[in-house]
Amino acid sequence: MSAADLITSAPDREPARHSLLTRIVIYGLLVIFAFVYLIPLVVMVMTSLKPLDEVTGGNMFALPQHLTLEPWIKAWGEARIGVSDTAGIYGYFLNSIKMVVPAVLISTVLGALNGFVLTKWRFPGHKIVFGMMLFACFIPFQSVIIPMAVILGGLGDIGRSLIDLTGYSFGFGSPTVNLVIVHVIYGLGFTTLFFRNYYEIFPTELIKAAMIDGASFFQIFRRILLPNSTPIFIVTVIYQFTNIWNDFLFGSTFAAGDQAPMTVALNNLVNTSTGVVEYNVNMAAAIIAAAPTLFVYIVGGRYFVRGLMAGAVKG
Amino acid sequence: MTALEISALRKRYGALEILKGIDLTLEEGGFLVLVGPSGCGKSTLLNTIAGLDSVTSGEIRIGGQIVNGLHPSKRDIAMVFQSYALYPNMSVAQNITFGMEMRGIPKPERDKAVAEVAKKLQIEHLLARRPSQLSGGQRQRVAMGRALVRKPSVFLFDEPLSNLDAKLRVDMRVEIKRLHQTTNSTIVYVTHDQIEAMTLATKIAVLKDGEVQQVGTPAQIYDEPANLFVADFMGSPAMNLIDGTVIRQGGETMIRLDRREHPPIVLPVPAGVVADRLPADGKVIFGIRPEAVNDSESIDRKAKSVSKFEANVEIVEPAGADTFVVIHVAGKELTARMRSDTSVRVGESHTFAFNLDKAVLFDPATSARI
Amino acid sequence: MSSITAPIAAEPRSRVVLRARLQDWLPRLVLAPSFLIVLVFVYGFNLWTVFLSFTNSKAFANTNLIGWANYEKLWNWTFETDPPSGWYTALVNMGIFGGLYVVFCLVLGLTLAILLDQKIRGEGILRPIYLYPLALSFIVTGTAWKLFLDPRIGLEKAMHDWGWTSFHFDWVVNPRMMIYCVAIAGIWQTSGFVMAMFLAGLRGVDGEILKAAQIDGASAYQTYRRIIIPMMRPVFFSALVVLAHMAIKSYDLVLSVTGKNPGGAAELPSTFMYSYTFTRNQMAVGSTSAVIMLMTIAAIMVPYIYSEMREKPQ
Repeated sequence: MSAADLITSAPDREPARHSLLTRIVIYGLLVIFAFVYLIPLVVMVMTSLKPLDEVTGGNMFALPQHLTLEPWIKAWGEARIGVSDTAGIYGYFLNSIKMVVPAVLISTVLGALNGFVLTKWRFPGHKIVFGMMLFACFIPFQSVIIPMAVILGGLGDIGRSLIDLTGYSFGFGSPTVNLVIVHVIYGLGFTTLFFRNYYEIFPTELIKAAMIDGASFFQIFRRILLPNSTPIFIVTVIYQFTNIWNDFLFGSTFAAGDQAPMTVALNNLVNTSTGVVEYNVNMAAAIIAAAPTLFVYIVGGRYFVRGLMAGAVKG
Repeated sequence: MTALEISALRKRYGALEILKGIDLTLEEGGFLVLVGPSGCGKSTLLNTIAGLDSVTSGEIRIGGQIVNGLHPSKRDIAMVFQSYALYPNMSVAQNITFGMEMRGIPKPERDKAVAEVAKKLQIEHLLARRPSQLSGGQRQRVAMGRALVRKPSVFLFDEPLSNLDAKLRVDMRVEIKRLHQTTNSTIVYVTHDQIEAMTLATKIAVLKDGEVQQVGTPAQIYDEPANLFVADFMGSPAMNLIDGTVIRQGGETMIRLDRREHPPIVLPVPAGVVADRLPADGKVIFGIRPEAVNDSESIDRKAKSVSKFEANVEIVEPAGADTFVVIHVAGKELTARMRSDTSVRVGESHTFAFNLDKAVLFDPATSARI
Repeated sequence: MSSITAPIAAEPRSRVVLRARLQDWLPRLVLAPSFLIVLVFVYGFNLWTVFLSFTNSKAFANTNLIGWANYEKLWNWTFETDPPSGWYTALVNMGIFGGLYVVFCLVLGLTLAILLDQKIRGEGILRPIYLYPLALSFIVTGTAWKLFLDPRIGLEKAMHDWGWTSFHFDWVVNPRMMIYCVAIAGIWQTSGFVMAMFLAGLRGVDGEILKAAQIDGASAYQTYRRIIIPMMRPVFFSALVVLAHMAIKSYDLVLSVTGKNPGGAAELPSTFMYSYTFTRNQMAVGSTSAVIMLMTIAAIMVPYIYSEMREKPQ
């Protein structure tokens, strides 16, 4: 039973015998905590549904008196982000999607193959290889960001020469492509870890049986492993999606201006120093930025937790 | 004709030697059981035959052909695994024909083969199901079906019954025996269960620490164990092994078993013992199976050599068909397998008898049978 | 399943053997690109950054080695308190933020986990509420908390509206207190995760041990204090390691809670590195701080990974 399954399954123990008073205290504390965890989100949502004068003049805990979707419309299509000419955050939302989807898919598939090799086709030194890949999960990105900037700058130069030569950059220097590359590279450690731990307990006899049946390496992977890997695929995809969507450091470093991902745009919108601060629009934009990952969390909460646990405590 | 021939096979993992020079042959239609305690190398040996483990040195021939470098799928073998290893994402029919599919055999032919095997194993009604929808016994049958459909020259079984409950295990054991008899197939079968070994095998190889201790028919292994290990390992309850001394009495060589409260038991040397191989220091180990110890009136009438003695009964264990009686001889517990209606009582003294036709002697220094 | 070492006798099978050899090497070939990528982009780049920290690179990377000068500079800055150097502020803030973040996440996480483990009705609703902040990006979290704590429209104003006019809470705009707000937002975001780790640990405790404790007459409180919580040591250790490394890597949260870190008041090593490298054109100094971050994390993670991998020998 995995750690995440432990959380969601009720323990097979006698119910704790508490007095009524103790019960009331326990429930009281839990409800207060729940309130504290929820309140920022509630305030965000309420603020985003109020006209600006109600935000600046009224109480943030008060329910909206004039419900309005104006801030949402403004955030999505009209708000000016930093110094950019592009209006609204929808363009940045699309940037994030264009970057996240390939990055998640590529890193997940590579992780699955790596996990397969590291558990079922072991070679001398497989543990060192895995340990080295695992450490890659935890490095501070500050320690790779300068060389990465140099390399990506080089790719940009290649792209410009290609445009001069052929009129087309073939993706060289494109911020979206750059971010896909970066996220695939620095996501590999985690995806490999997830699949390795999953395949570690995948019965090796099935692989042996398939070998006797004459299946090749890739046939075993495709016909035996993959059809039985759905849960870990969901876990990995959710984990990678959440991480990459929420990334800020790489996005702000390697994709400027109109090409920036959602988180960078949100930060620029919120911390713009010119004009009146439109809190309601900021909150609407923040909720839009959070919506995809929150949606994934609500739909696949179980897998979400499993990924979190796998990323922290191995196995 | 020889179906399987293993010569001087060695397998090393780093400094650890798992198989230390194994020589075995199996003729076509034979049923070889590899038996031994866990860690003895029997599963590794099976895996090297299958090609799932590489070998360090030595040769494996299947049907006369060296298969050392061949991929498992090219060795003309089929394997039934302990966990059955059914592909969980495929139906029973797909499981059975996956190997044929990998070899590019067209679908109509596969369908025909699967129908044939399903009929033989009576699993026709299960073909569309997934492994998770099957009971343990049904999974076992499907795993056998997957092996059968290949029509290999050698079947390999890796502890196939150890995941089943006691009753089903007996049923499936009979099933496997019937399969062997009706198809006359060649089988190598790994187990740690010596009853499975005795009931199924035409030939047993007892392994310990990567070495073959004895190869022989079940009767040879049981009645003439090559050494103390085989004697102790095969048979349940285990063979009684008691320290004894060789003495000369009236020009005859005898074996004396010393006891504390009773006078020593003095026995003639059992038949089959080569007298001049008795160790010089006179120390021997006397081995006798529980069924060759009985009360004096129930001892086998056909026994040529019987030796009687008095002993106190310590424990009586009724086991249904038999009753096991524990007595003490020469500081060791000695178990007698007696009739269920035996009259012995705990604490009472009783006259017991050894059927010396079935007794053996071992040299404690080499542990080999004399 | 490694390579077949025994010699092959039959000559015409050499092609078969070649293909078998390829099949043997295929898995390693499949893994190789990923490993190579990690080798270059993680280990290679780290070494590159280490190299840069010994140069006098400014806006662009150069190769003029100047020895330990950058490290000496940071070392001197560490003790430059009046006026505080950026690096000194970053270290002090790291201590405040990291300490609060780790301690409060552990305490809150364990408390919530124990409370939730009392056969609570409605656990299925409560648990996701404690965990949802994890799905948000730090930028969103920061935006929300910045609004919530903003004295002009947030908590302080709400309290004044409700008649508690002496209530004063302006930390988020007070440069000296900003870092505490970052810690509050961080704890809010991550404590649910620690709760999940502890809950998994608590649920993993063998029910028979608890039955034995009951028979021994231990009260619920004693059972937790004497038996269950001591058994949580490995979880506690894992959580500590994960939290410490997250605290060191924290970057986005500072920027969003404080509004781009005005005047460097809420400086952390991560923001220090970024501003020296990309806005102050002192790439070598930035690299040096990055190397120090890397070394600190390595000192925490390497023993942890090593012990985790040793515990499950294959």
